[in-house]
Amino acid sequence: MIASLLATPVNTGKLVVPHIRYLSILPPMIMIGGAVLLLALASLVSRPLRVRVGTWGTVLISGTALGISLWQWTDVGDHGAHTYVAHAVVMDGFSVLITMLISAAMLVTALVADGYLNREGVEGSEFYVLALVSASGAMLMGMANDLIIVFLGLEILSIALYVLTAYNHRRGASGEAALKYFLLGGFSSAIFVYGIALTYGATGSTNLTQIADFLAKNVLLTDGLLLAGVSLLLVGFGFKVAAVPFHMWTPDVYQGAPSPVTGFMAAVAKAGAFAALLRVLLSSFGVISSDWRPIIFGMAVLSLVLGSVLALRQRDVKRMLAYSSINHAGFILLGVESARASGVSASLYYLFAYTFMTIGSFAIVTVLGREGDGDHDLTRYRGLARRQPVLALAFAVLLLAQAGAPFTTGLWAKLQVVFAAISGGSVPLAVIAMVTAVIAGYFYLRVAVLMYAGGDDARADAPQPAGSPEPHAMISFASPEGAHANVTTINDELLMTGEAPAPFGEDLPSVLPVPALTGVAIGLCVGVTVVFGVWPSPLVDFAHQASLLFLG
Amino acid sequence: MHTVPFLTLLIVLPAAGALALGLLGLDRRVSGDLSDAIGIGVSLATLVIAVATMVAMKVSFGGYQLVSDHAYTGVTLGVRWFLGIDGISVFLVLLAAVLFPLALILGRGRANSRAYFAWILLLEAAVMGSFLSLDLIVFFFMFELTLVPSYFIIAGWGHDRRAYAAIKFFLYTFLGSAFLLVGILALAFIHQGQAHVLTFSLVALAQTHLASSTEILLFLAFTAAFAVKAPLFPFHTWSPDAYTEAPEEGSVILSGLLAKLGTYGIIRFDLNLFPHATHRLAPIFLTLAVIGILYGAIVACAQRDLKRLVAYSSLAQIGFIALGTFALSTQGLAGAVLLMLNHGLIVGALFILVGFIYQRRGTWQANELRGLQKAAPLMAGVFTVVMMASIGVPGLNGFVSEFLVLSGTFITHRWWAVVAVLGVIVAAIYLLWAYQQVFQREPGVEDATIKDLVHLERLVVAPLIILIVFLGIYPKPVLDRINPSVNQLIAHVETATGHSQPSVATQGVGGQP
Repeated sequence: MIASLLATPVNTGKLVVPHIRYLSILPPMIMIGGAVLLLALASLVSRPLRVRVGTWGTVLISGTALGISLWQWTDVGDHGAHTYVAHAVVMDGFSVLITMLISAAMLVTALVADGYLNREGVEGSEFYVLALVSASGAMLMGMANDLIIVFLGLEILSIALYVLTAYNHRRGASGEAALKYFLLGGFSSAIFVYGIALTYGATGSTNLTQIADFLAKNVLLTDGLLLAGVSLLLVGFGFKVAAVPFHMWTPDVYQGAPSPVTGFMAAVAKAGAFAALLRVLLSSFGVISSDWRPIIFGMAVLSLVLGSVLALRQRDVKRMLAYSSINHAGFILLGVESARASGVSASLYYLFAYTFMTIGSFAIVTVLGREGDGDHDLTRYRGLARRQPVLALAFAVLLLAQAGAPFTTGLWAKLQVVFAAISGGSVPLAVIAMVTAVIAGYFYLRVAVLMYAGGDDARADAPQPAGSPEPHAMISFASPEGAHANVTTINDELLMTGEAPAPFGEDLPSVLPVPALTGVAIGLCVGVTVVFGVWPSPLVDFAHQASLLFLG
Repeated sequence: MHTVPFLTLLIVLPAAGALALGLLGLDRRVSGDLSDAIGIGVSLATLVIAVATMVAMKVSFGGYQLVSDHAYTGVTLGVRWFLGIDGISVFLVLLAAVLFPLALILGRGRANSRAYFAWILLLEAAVMGSFLSLDLIVFFFMFELTLVPSYFIIAGWGHDRRAYAAIKFFLYTFLGSAFLLVGILALAFIHQGQAHVLTFSLVALAQTHLASSTEILLFLAFTAAFAVKAPLFPFHTWSPDAYTEAPEEGSVILSGLLAKLGTYGIIRFDLNLFPHATHRLAPIFLTLAVIGILYGAIVACAQRDLKRLVAYSSLAQIGFIALGTFALSTQGLAGAVLLMLNHGLIVGALFILVGFIYQRRGTWQANELRGLQKAAPLMAGVFTVVMMASIGVPGLNGFVSEFLVLSGTFITHRWWAVVAVLGVIVAAIYLLWAYQQVFQREPGVEDATIKDLVHLERLVVAPLIILIVFLGIYPKPVLDRINPSVNQLIAHVETATGHSQPSVATQGVGGQP
């Protein structure tokens, strides 16, 4: 295999079919192949395919891709990292980990979507077909070693996502969000392509390795063309990762898209785009890092600050999570900004932690959104802990993890990117990031408090100890004005959140069913977040071994 | 080295108890009595282990003992499960082990007591972890972890303005910690550049060579977190709200233990890691401490609200602890460490007594209470003892530590000590005034019919009273254990800075060899 790599011909004027090592591109092929199979199956049966078939099909497909990526991991371990398919794709620890991450995200999303599609009465397997295709695009971005492949991946990812956003055609908001996403996304893609063109003009290649080679061997006397190209590439990436100032679409699209799609989009699109961003900036443009680091610095600061501050004003949980994802993007940019190997692994770890936290959160939002998926007001979370203690606990854990609570993957992730920023000499960025984490902590906790302190008759239905009540009453501090305290509870939260009083007696919140597979998905996300938070070494070491091919 | 991992057990046991209660809480069929018993049992077992830990320690050895050191993250991140105990932390661990069971016993019968107990046990694990960690990241994790349960305890079971108080508490302390994290990482990065190994071990990082300005910046980053947590004046504004709105057991833990995390952090980390900066900035912090002492005492005089009064008196006491710490003399530091223990006992007892009053009368406004001593002479007696200890009457524990702090400060920073003594006098004013208001005078109708302390309540205050009296009469066993560690720490500061305390300090009072 290595011999074949050396023998790969370069531009001899004739069309040469490159040697293909299929292992390197197997995971996205499986995803696309699986999608095609599902589509074929759907058109062969007379009735719309049952949702369950699509779910298990997708679980099987993404599970296989996950298995293949483990095989890739051992291959990289045994034979080292190489480029394949005429240097267009690369298989290194980094790409393999991104592939794993996206397969896992796809798998969990399938479990969440099952309950959603059944609840909303949307039949057919097209949802899964689109999601699989989209995921394959993200994988391609992670392994691309050529700007053209990055663009291909970006478009495969995006176009499927536009459709997914509007998938539930009964929701008006979805259509609007999809249109917005599509228009802005189309622009950003166009800008991205223009960036590729300018870069090609400046360096004579679209291949990341050759660009790096060219920049290492040549000193550009006028580098305006190159810098313009890199800037335009950053615009394209900035749009996909939802970094300020290219974030405008995020809250509307996150709110408008069906909740499982939002979780998928937040996780997979970000993972793919950040993977490509890291590789392009560090592999190809590492030499000119002094030029792009200030830009990333600025984007990081803006994303951190605006993401956390604007989230404070949101009453809709999905919008709040959208702004929080902008804040997370800022944190991941810390690792990019550091322009060093430890920053890459820190960003990678952050993506890993973020993926599970965010898919889990949106899974819970999906459940609580009720039929129609429109019920996302913060007030709906009041007293959830009393009605559905398990669900509330899971949500509280995921929110606290996002806030950076200790012994969750969330804090390990923040710790690593902040350390990367300090190693890169950007101490002010580290300080700003941590301060915004405090602001972010406020709105995460606000939801947690609504769930826990927002009970209306917590005291009344608490089981009384079996013994005689008299000694308990004497020894405990239970307030003699318990009832009074409970009435004021509600006003407290309103005071705190600055909200108008919720209409009482409207439809009282009831216990919402958690579909079994969605429950499994939530459990998986919480499990990963907590287990690897308490026992961090496997995941931390994993991320640190997953280095980029052309970086130390 | 040691067969029994005492220190790890001290953290893992309450954490496991919290987890068990949390899981039990999901099943509504489990009776409340069982979970109460589990909670109290776990905290009592932790107390047993804490006592065993103290017994297992060597008395006259100043370094870290019973150390347990294991890899936690892989080598890439260099975080280790590195625990150790010495004379400075052992009594804080014991204090925690005593106060938590009391808080749990008092918390029985609260709504949703399983969740309440689970949070309190989690808090105990975090507090223990903070006092025992010698790895800065593990310390930071534990230090942060205290926030989550405290937040839920205040927000879930507090009084009327609990949501406001909880948010304020959380934001203030979290903001402080944000700087702490950056400081820890920056220090580790600098150390990595010098020693070519990434570690967060306190022992290793203390060897880092720091430029003077860098050291001051790092010192300020660390101290920001500790000063907010303690709280030192002027970072205290969250504390009266949090102490007042928290449920009474919560106030006991907040003021008795969590506040000590701040002063402990200054002693353990600032003095070890940044001796130069500590020495250079000591006058500023001494001044803040003195302002805190006077401000806390004067504001306490103006309070009609017993909980706020105790909260402000606590601010003054924290000022004394900071004064003894930044005096950088053996006696001052030993006094500060002892005062942390004593203040924990005293303020814990005060909040418990205020809780008893509130539970009987439904108010803690001093002007609504009158003549309680007629109906509840025992409660009045207990209150008197605790109050005298807080004022610093000789024979009770408050005197010993305050005396050490003031004499230790007098040796190195005379005028600060002179001004601080005024705080002792003012403390007598507001406490005696409060006593007159609440316990003396002609009782009102409701005040005349209240019950005196019942059995379980006597059981709860008894250990505190015994300790208050015992430590006042015979503090030697405690000081014998504190002093070697304090000597070692002061010696470290003296070697690093080149300044040394006047020789009179080394021959002074309090169990010196």
